[in-house]
Amino acid sequence: MKNYFKLAWRNLWRNKRRTMITVSSVLFAIFLALLMRSMQFGSYELLEREAIRNSTGFIQIHGQGYWEDKIIDNTLEVTPEFDKIIKSDPNISDAIPRIESFALASSGNLTKGVALIGTLPDMEDKITNLKSRVLKGNYFENESDQGLLVAQDLAKFLQLEVGDTVVLLSQGYHGLSAAGEFQVRGLLHFPFPEMNKQLIYMTLEASQYFFAAENRLTSYSLMLNEPEDLDKTFQKLNASLGQQYEIMTWKEMLIELQQQIQSDSISGIFMLGILYVVVAFGIFGTILMMTLERRKEFSVMIAVGMQRYKLAFIVFLETLYMGFIGVIAGAIVSLPVVYYFHNHPIPLTGETATAMLEFNQQPIIPFAFRADIYIAQAIIVFILTFVIAFYPLLSISRFNLISGLHS
Amino acid sequence: MNVIETKDLYKIYNSTQVPVHAVNGINLIIKKGEFTAIVGPSGCGKTTLLNLIGGLDSPTEGKVFVSGNDLCSLKSTRLIDFRMHNIGFVFQSFNLIPVLTVKENIEFIMQLQGRSRTECNQRVDELLEAIGLPDKKNHRPNQLSGGQQQRVSVARALASKPQFILADEPTANLDSKATNELLELMEKLNQEEEMTFIFSTHDERVMKKARRLVSLDDGKIIKDLSL
Ligand SMILES: Nc1ncnc2c1ncn2[C@@H]1O[C@H](COP(=O)(O)OP(=O)(O)OP(=O)(O)O)[C@@H](O)[C@H]1O
Ligand SMILES: [Mg+2]
Repeated sequence: MKNYFKLAWRNLWRNKRRTMITVSSVLFAIFLALLMRSMQFGSYELLEREAIRNSTGFIQIHGQGYWEDKIIDNTLEVTPEFDKIIKSDPNISDAIPRIESFALASSGNLTKGVALIGTLPDMEDKITNLKSRVLKGNYFENESDQGLLVAQDLAKFLQLEVGDTVVLLSQGYHGLSAAGEFQVRGLLHFPFPEMNKQLIYMTLEASQYFFAAENRLTSYSLMLNEPEDLDKTFQKLNASLGQQYEIMTWKEMLIELQQQIQSDSISGIFMLGILYVVVAFGIFGTILMMTLERRKEFSVMIAVGMQRYKLAFIVFLETLYMGFIGVIAGAIVSLPVVYYFHNHPIPLTGETATAMLEFNQQPIIPFAFRADIYIAQAIIVFILTFVIAFYPLLSISRFNLISGLHS
Repeated sequence: MNVIETKDLYKIYNSTQVPVHAVNGINLIIKKGEFTAIVGPSGCGKTTLLNLIGGLDSPTEGKVFVSGNDLCSLKSTRLIDFRMHNIGFVFQSFNLIPVLTVKENIEFIMQLQGRSRTECNQRVDELLEAIGLPDKKNHRPNQLSGGQQQRVSVARALASKPQFILADEPTANLDSKATNELLELMEKLNQEEEMTFIFSTHDERVMKKARRLVSLDDGKIIKDLSL
């Protein structure tokens, strides 16, 4: 067995230059593929991270049934034990309690349906930079602030200015009617029109009072110290919190985003496919020549007693070597490059950067540094090798011994 | 027992318009220890006959027995194994494996046979001594002269301890000095190890060394002389 590996290895270097050229082409293609893939995955990771930060958090806790039916009656109650469990988990870095619901807002004879978010001012700003969205007026002064932050376009529709009062009407906990008069503390600007047209922020305390939902939340978003331990933390919470809570990870909540990522990834795979075709033809051409020019040698080996399948195995090994030297070399060359850009993402400038900042996203092209990207390349080349080796295998199993000996 | 026996052996090529009777009814018996030359003009069927005897090609009609085994009855993979264990080959153009050293070439078939490391090493040393090239053990074939390469291929054929060695024009690519050396080697092995040799040749000097001369013409044996 060892001999076959030795023989294949030596055969590979019979024509050094040709092998080097083939290996280099594999190297180059793999280098490009790895760079491209790392960049793609890097931007997906960033997208996910930003979506987690700006909307769901890594884990959200709801009252049972809330995700399906987002009504105030499906809120959860913050009990001392609940609080203790969340606060004592070392992997939970921050927790944002929120109440989110709908209301009617009216000012003068103008009325509009709005989305209401009650939150902790400092925590909200820490995680989603809400303060930076204040266009006019001020941010909440403290946790008991009774004022409102109204999105720009909504304010315009309701003809509101900082300092004006708005009447909010909604349904509170257990069917109680919720009504109140609030002062506009500030105006908010969002990059998304839907948000600009309908969002109103208030403090958690004010919202709990408004909805008659003392100590209750629609959601508790958790940020994690170690995102890799998401599943562990999720399991732990599931075990320690009771049945009345609904615990979801961002993976369950950001399904649309993940679908978008997947379809984008497929277009990336298509590009890679073209690279692999180039690689495959490079290797195939070389193996084809290596097989054809050794007809006579193969015949001699079969004549003296080597089984054809053993010979085919040697050629298969030659193909494998060529592919893998290329992959490994490509990986080695790309490793420092990808690692560098992983730690020093390419910064974006100009309009793109401004736009991304608006969306509360970092203006960078990040690179993922992940083993699975490399492993995927190795697997693909391994499969390619099988496909490529098929032709020489076929020809070795078929060719005529006598004409081979006389060639 | 007869090492080789052919019975009414025919090989007819139909690829051309007129069928070619390359081997045209040959009955030949070779006994252990013979040193036989197959001779005749170009195109008389020497190579074809040796290929049939060596199990490299299958006859159109008739049978080839090697130590009583009917070669035609073996299916292809069994036939390859049969050749590995029973038949040694020496080719006109040496045909050593270029990426293997002299030592590795000699033990190539032994390793296919699954012989142990120590057995291989011992046999290689023995054979290198016999062919007079102990100092070339780790050379590659392209670092040897033609004569030396051909001696290595005799050693390779011999290493696997076959029933007989077939050599199709083994000296055709050698000068007279190398031809003499090779023949001396073959004679020595024939006498000392009782190895059976069957070789084809055009060369008068080579024929003189043979102890049996089988002359072919048009695929038939026209003369069979024991000297
Ligand atoms: N594959 C083939 N197809 C058709 N005819 C063939 C084939 N191989 C050999 N022949 C013919 O068979 C006859 C015998 O050929 P063979 O090679 O056995 O002769 P030979 O005695 O070895 O000749 P030489 O001394 O030139 O090597 C020749 O007429 C040759 O043309
Ligand atoms: Mg011939």
